[in-house]
Amino acid sequence: MQVPLSWYLVVAAALFCIGLYGALSRRNAIVILMGVELMLNSVNINLLAFWRHLEVAGGTMTGQVFAIIVITVAAAEAAVGLALIIAVYRNRKTVDVEDVDLMKL
Amino acid sequence: MNFSQVVFIILSAMALIGAVGVVTNRNLFRAALFLILSFVGVAGFYILLEAEFLAMVQLLVYVGAISILIIFAIMLSRRIMSSEFRASNEQWLIALVAAAILLGVLLAILLQVNWPTDPVADIPDNLMVELGKALVAPDQFLLVFEVASVLLLVALVGAVIIARER
Repeated sequence: MQVPLSWYLVVAAALFCIGLYGALSRRNAIVILMGVELMLNSVNINLLAFWRHLEVAGGTMTGQVFAIIVITVAAAEAAVGLALIIAVYRNRKTVDVEDVDLMKL
Repeated sequence: MNFSQVVFIILSAMALIGAVGVVTNRNLFRAALFLILSFVGVAGFYILLEAEFLAMVQLLVYVGAISILIIFAIMLSRRIMSSEFRASNEQWLIALVAAAILLGVLLAILLQVNWPTDPVADIPDNLMVELGKALVAPDQFLLVFEVASVLLLVALVGAVIIARER
């Protein structure tokens, strides 16, 4: 085996934490969504790395199917999330999440 | 350090530099382009992991659809200014500390596990056939497949309704 499993896991962990920082610290709703997409990508890397290194011997495809479903869910969530952002923008003329605070006390 | 490891390092540089570019860039469009760079790096990882179908799906769906969707949303919600707003909210420092602590914890756990180092099995010759069978076999993942298609339908209808002009 040429690239060890732990390397993939380290890169996936780093990608996850960068996406987490982006989702927590930015004001623009679209950048928050991009951070969430980065986190989902890191999860996919993990799934496929474990599939390749540990599951191929058994002949099952669980890792790949799981990753396909994660991509599907990410696409659905990106579509709905961006529709929401566009609707909020049309109404409030802002995509800044700090300004969408009508329900705050 | 063999060839695969060199390629891995190049791809991880692409993915991680793209990710850092997404979360730190003030210009929204450039952040979207860095996101595309990161997605292409991740697709390269999938090819290195011998999951070529997933690599193509990643390129088609993430780069070809989701990134374009994000760019459309950026264009449809463009404000006149873009530089007098701060790009980060007031809890960015705590977020940075929390993400760094999480990374530290994950690395500490990952690097001290004895990952199995047996020679990795070869992928079956008919990988695509096995993947296709797994998706539609009743005792494997047929239900998940059908539910995912219903999810896509619901998301499609929902997105159209939410973003409709009143």
